[in-house]
Amino acid sequence: MDSKLRAELPDHDLLKLYEQMVLCREFEEACAEQYTKGHITGFLHLYSGQEAVAVGATAGLHKDDYILSAYREHPQAIVRGADPKRVMAELFGKATGLCKGKGGSMHLFAPELNFMGGYAIVGGQFPIAVGLAFAAKYRQEGRLVACFFGDGAVNQGTFHEALNWARVWELPVLFVCENNFYGIGTEVHRSSALADIHKRTCGYDIPSERVDGMDVIAVHETVKRGAEWVREQSRPYLIEAMTYRFRGHSMSDPAKYRSPAELEIWKARDPLPNFARRLVEEGIATAEGLKEMQATAQVEVQEAVKFAEESPWPEDSEVFNDIYV
Amino acid sequence: MPEMTYRDALNLALKEEMRRDPSVVTWGEDVALYEGSFKVTRGLLAEFGEERVKDTPISENTIIGVAIGAAMGGLRPVAELMTVNFALLAMDQLINHMGKIRYMFGGQINLPMVVRAPGGGGSQLAAQHSQSLETYFMHAPGFYLALPATPADAKGLLKSAIRDNNPVIFLEHELLYNSKGEVPDDPEFLVPLGSAEVKRPGKDVTIVAYSRMTVLALQAAAVLEKEGISCEVVDLRSLKPLDTPTFVDSVKRTGRAVVVEECWQTAGLGGHIASLIYEQCFDLLLAPVQRVSGLDVPMPYSRKLEKLCIPQVEDIVKAVKETLTAKY
Ligand SMILES: Cc1ncc(C[n+]2csc(CCOP(=O)(O)OP(=O)(O)O)c2C)c(N)n1
Ligand SMILES: [Mg+2]
Repeated sequence: MDSKLRAELPDHDLLKLYEQMVLCREFEEACAEQYTKGHITGFLHLYSGQEAVAVGATAGLHKDDYILSAYREHPQAIVRGADPKRVMAELFGKATGLCKGKGGSMHLFAPELNFMGGYAIVGGQFPIAVGLAFAAKYRQEGRLVACFFGDGAVNQGTFHEALNWARVWELPVLFVCENNFYGIGTEVHRSSALADIHKRTCGYDIPSERVDGMDVIAVHETVKRGAEWVREQSRPYLIEAMTYRFRGHSMSDPAKYRSPAELEIWKARDPLPNFARRLVEEGIATAEGLKEMQATAQVEVQEAVKFAEESPWPEDSEVFNDIYV
Repeated sequence: MPEMTYRDALNLALKEEMRRDPSVVTWGEDVALYEGSFKVTRGLLAEFGEERVKDTPISENTIIGVAIGAAMGGLRPVAELMTVNFALLAMDQLINHMGKIRYMFGGQINLPMVVRAPGGGGSQLAAQHSQSLETYFMHAPGFYLALPATPADAKGLLKSAIRDNNPVIFLEHELLYNSKGEVPDDPEFLVPLGSAEVKRPGKDVTIVAYSRMTVLALQAAAVLEKEGISCEVVDLRSLKPLDTPTFVDSVKRTGRAVVVEECWQTAGLGGHIASLIYEQCFDLLLAPVQRVSGLDVPMPYSRKLEKLCIPQVEDIVKAVKETLTAKY
C-alpha cells in the first residue's frame, strides 16, 4: 500500500513518534492526578494537546542542538531523553529530581541532553538562546539552538531584541512559537496587533512559516527543513506551530474564557488518536499494537510516580548549596 | 463592620475609587476579562467597561510606562503587575522614569498613579516566582511604598494610594488574599500613607513587621504571651514614607526590638530599620536588635527547603527570646 507516512520516515521512527506522544500525554495526566493529591505543589502547567509540537520538533533536530523552553516544558525534557522518573521526582520536590528538587515543574534542566532549561519569566529564554547560539557558532560546533515559546511571549521586548540580534550577528537560532491561542485568559488577537505571529519576523528580515501543530509529521518535516536551513545559512528562522492546550493555563485555571464548543473542535484534532488512525490505516501499526504502547507508557509513568514517592526529600543543608561555584 | 477577605477589600477599594472618580482607570495582564490572576479585579470590567478596565499584552515595562504617560495626561491609572517578580522587567520605567520625572523636571508635573503587585513566597512557586522585592523599592526614591497586612488596611491604604498625587507602589501578599477581617464600609474610610500602627500593645519587646510578617508576628506574640512575655507588634504598613516615630517610640518603651522581613537579609530593609533604632534609641536599648529575615538564597521549589527560607513563627519567637537573654 502506498503510504504517505512511509515517504516521510521509516516505520520505526514513525512508531517512536507515537510512543513519545503517548508517554507525554500519560505523564501529564499523571501529574494532574498527583497535583490533586497534593504531591505536586506550586504552579503546574500541563502540555496535553500540544504533544505533536515537542515530539515532532525534537525529532527534526540533532541531538546536540540546544533546546530552551518556558514553563510548560515537561514533555520537551522527556522527549529529549530526560528520565521520567527524575522529572517526576523534581515535580515532587525530591532530592532525586533533575534539579535536586530546587526547580520544580517550571525549571527542568538537563545539560547532558542539551536541554538548557525551562524558564518561568515569560520571554526570559530569548536572549539566552541567542547567547548559546553565539557560543556554538564561535566554537564552530555546527549546532543550533531551538527556542520554544508561547504566543503570549512575543510581546515582550526580549522577543524583538533577540530576533534582531540573532539576525544581525547571523546566529543559528530556530525560534519555535507554540501558538495555542491563549496567554492565560487572553486570546492572541486581543494582545497582538498582528495575530499571525510568524509574520512578525519581517521587521527583522527573518524568514518564517506556519505549520499545523496538531500534526506530528508536519511539525517534524517543517522543523527538520527549517533546522537544515538554519545550520547551512547560520541565520535565524521562525516556525509558528498552531496548537491547543486541552487543559487550563495551569491547574488553578478553570478556563472559562473559552467555549466548550471550541474545546471540542480542538479535541477532535487531538494529535494522538489522529496519528494513531493514520498509522493503522497505512498499515504501519495495528490498533492492538498501539494500545500496548499506551499500556507500556502507563507503566513507565506509574514507575516514575512510585520513584518520586519513595525518593528522599533534600537535606536541609541543600538550601545553601549551588548558589556559587 | 462587615467581615471580608483581603482580596475583597482591595476589590472594594478599587470599585469605590472608580465610582468616585472617572479619571481612575486600571490595566494589566488578564485584569479585565479574566478578572485578575488573583481575582482582585473581579467585576470591574462589568461595572466600568473596557475603556477603564483593560487587558494588556505581556509587556511589563510598557504597562508601567503607559501608566506614567496616562498620569501625565491627567488620569489616575492603577497598573497591575501580575506578580511583583515581573516588576524586575519594569525596573526601567519604575526607577528611571516613575521615580524621577517629578524631580528631574523641577516639580512641574505630578504622577498620580498606583502600581499594584502581589508577591511573597510560600506557595512553592520556585526561584523566579517567590520573591519579596520590597527592599528594592524602598531603596529607590521618588515614589511611595505601601504594603497592607490586614483587609481593613488593604482597603484604606489602596484608597489613599489612588487619591494621592504621588506614584505609589502597592505590594499585596499572595498568601493574605484569603485572610479575613473587619473592614469599614464607609467609602471615606482611608488609612493614611506613611502611618505605622501598633497592632498589639506590649511592654517587653517590640516586633517591627509588615505585610504577612505582621500576621506571623502577632501569632508569635500570642505564643509568647503564654510564656509571660509581652510583645508590642508594630505594623509598618508603609515603607515609604516610613513612620519612624511609631516604632522608635515603642522601642524606647520596651528597650528591645526584633525586626521581621520576608526579603533577603543582606542590605535589606531590616538592616535599615535596625540602624534607625540604633541611632534613635541607643541609650535605651537593653539588647542588640534582632533581625528575622528570608534566607539569602534563590527560593527553592521543594516545600521542605522553601520553609527554611521564609521566616516562620518559631523564628520570631526565638529571636524575641534572644533579645531577652542577650545583654550588652
Ligand atoms: C514576565 C512575565 N510576565 C507574566 C507572567 C505570568 N504568565 C505566566 S504564563 C503567562 C502567559 C503566557 O502565555 P504564552 O506565552 O502563550 O504561553 P502558554 O502558557 O500558552 O504556553 C503569563 C502572563 C510571567 N510568568 N512572566
Ligand atoms: Mg499561549
